[in-house]
Amino acid sequence: MRGASGLEGQQTFAKRVQFSSPFLPYLFLAPQLAIIFVFFYWPSVQAIQSSFYLEDPFGFGATFVGMSNYTDVLKSTEYLGIAQFTAIFTALVAFFALSIGLLLAIKADGVIRGNAAYKTLLIWVYAIAPPVAGLIGMMFFNQHIGPLVEFARWFGWDIKVGLDYSDTAFAMIVVSVWKQIPYNFIFFLSGLQGIPVSVREAAALDCRSEFRRFWTVILPLLAPTAFFLLIINVTYALFDTFGVIDVMVKDKAANNPITLVYKVYMDGFRGSDLGGSSAQSVILMLVVLVLTVFQFRFIERRVHYN
Amino acid sequence: MFKTISLAALALAFSTTTSLAATDITWWHGMAGRNGEVINEVALKFNAAQSACALTPVSKGTYEEALASGIAAFRAGEQPNILQVFDAGAATIINAKGAVIPAEDLITKAGYGFDRNAFIDGVRHFYADAEGKFVGMPFNSSAPIMYINDEALKKAGVEAPKTWEEFEAIAPKLKEAGFIPLVQSQLTWQFTENFFSRNNIQFATNNNGYDSVVDTKLNVTDPNLEMMFEKLKAWKDQGYFAFYGAGWNDNQKVFEEGKAALWIGSSGSFGGLQKTATMPFSATFLPYWGAINGAGTNSFIGGAALFAMSGKSDEENKCVADFFEFLTSPEVQYFYHKSTGYVAITKAAYALAEKDGYYKEKPIAEVGIKQLLLPAGEWSKGYRLGFYPQIREIMEREYGRIFSGEATVKDALETIEREGNELLARFAKTAG
Repeated sequence: MRGASGLEGQQTFAKRVQFSSPFLPYLFLAPQLAIIFVFFYWPSVQAIQSSFYLEDPFGFGATFVGMSNYTDVLKSTEYLGIAQFTAIFTALVAFFALSIGLLLAIKADGVIRGNAAYKTLLIWVYAIAPPVAGLIGMMFFNQHIGPLVEFARWFGWDIKVGLDYSDTAFAMIVVSVWKQIPYNFIFFLSGLQGIPVSVREAAALDCRSEFRRFWTVILPLLAPTAFFLLIINVTYALFDTFGVIDVMVKDKAANNPITLVYKVYMDGFRGSDLGGSSAQSVILMLVVLVLTVFQFRFIERRVHYN
Repeated sequence: MFKTISLAALALAFSTTTSLAATDITWWHGMAGRNGEVINEVALKFNAAQSACALTPVSKGTYEEALASGIAAFRAGEQPNILQVFDAGAATIINAKGAVIPAEDLITKAGYGFDRNAFIDGVRHFYADAEGKFVGMPFNSSAPIMYINDEALKKAGVEAPKTWEEFEAIAPKLKEAGFIPLVQSQLTWQFTENFFSRNNIQFATNNNGYDSVVDTKLNVTDPNLEMMFEKLKAWKDQGYFAFYGAGWNDNQKVFEEGKAALWIGSSGSFGGLQKTATMPFSATFLPYWGAINGAGTNSFIGGAALFAMSGKSDEENKCVADFFEFLTSPEVQYFYHKSTGYVAITKAAYALAEKDGYYKEKPIAEVGIKQLLLPAGEWSKGYRLGFYPQIREIMEREYGRIFSGEATVKDALETIEREGNELLARFAKTAG
């Protein structure tokens, strides 16, 4: 195995040239590691720790309660209802944001004249912060003055955001999807433009159906982009829609739908129940962990990176 | 942890806005808009009135956000001198023994006299401990009152109702005249907490929670409250009552636009309503049920109080005491009362406003204070319930379900009682 050992030798040699001290690379990594530690690991460990305690809000005393914060939460029908809504909400937001983003990207990719203007129009929405998007959405869906509410009334649909559970859910999904489409659009478009023209031309010669060409050639080539966006969109729907939800329910969840992360905020930040809220964030961390493992193990297998 | 760090940084940033030689004190509050501006004016008046102390007010967003920021800052050792805490958060801060210096102790230590009887009755108990000692200094106090669209009542040819029975009698006429007879803006405050006080019914065990946090239980399945919500639901179905959700403004807007005849709002809404209402309006007391024994007593206050946080130097505490003394002076109270619509909290300030002829000019401004001055009942002094902001959220959710037909009144109230009692038991563990 001369070749293999030769390669090894080269690698160690390369390292020795770049870093004279073995500590130097760690030094360079230190700022990044420090940030990760301070802003991620430390709070995570604290959350796990306080999830086993019932703590007085002002920090005068904490009682160890074992798993009871977890059992309290998981026994609560309200919490399970919120978890169910979160799952549906995440699936719908990710599905519509991805598919509409892809559709627009394909259409924009086909445009030859004026495509810069078209792209810019689709992209600028991404610059809007989620709470602002929520605010705009709220105005569209306002019970008293919302143009979308007026529009729906023509069809006999009386939308009542903030009052009716499913109407509010509908509005939240529409605004969240609308907010995420531009992001997906940018990535899909650049993915599409990365597909070599020769491949497309060859495909066009082999197959006349544009639809079949898309399924068999374009989509598999887009798969790495799509997989990346799937993870981003799921994370977005789970966490980044917080601002949209906050504006839509106006600090009063009442019987409007909310997601798990909003419940953590309500109980911890607003309700001063640190133990219960910590238990919920740990549960949420576990959910995300499981979801990520699932995505990488079962979906990524179908993705080809060359 | 991240929150504590960032809040501490924020607190540090604010503490650098110092002025010369004077002792600096900070005041975190949860008021925005016009009410926030008035707070700045009050602080300017205090700073101009003396030279030993410099007060900096800082708006922390909503009431809930102010409380959360105060708690986080306290844990980081960067608490402000004064924290404004709203009615529902009172139990959280009062039960945290050692987080605050009781206002009464602070004031007497600074050498001022303190007379509990100088405060009007509805205000005196809410932020006090079971013995009546003031823990918080009542600041902006309000009562839920009923605003009246004068044009609507005239058109329907009816008088404003004093009781809910009278309302039932006039509601069909108001509807016929083309108005929504009744809207309200906060069911938890107006149709639960103050339903108990106005009708003199016990809200929770342990003397409404004042005596102890241990084994405190809600009484929201009281048949009278059930009757109230059955009525509201029936009125909604008949078109006598409309509900636009838990948002305050969604409901107020209908009244401002002159579409509703009666609106239950806050006496503190008066200042803003003068600018937004499109029709002439007046106000009267929150109605009660003539059929309930003991009904017609005063209501508890809503609003917020100021708490002097512990862990500060003697000079700073002296300044806080000076400020509390300044704040409760009749002149400052009268100024605040006039600028915001919140009630005057001392009898002397009320007398001053009366003497000045303010109520002749603006009779609505007196409605809230008069309601707080009504004879007190056994159960109308206040309540002290832990994790109460969360309990309010449960109520809001269940009341929404009642009106959307997802839950019956009985089931909804039972859910509130069950989940609320669980939270109270959890709170007893944290505070015990």
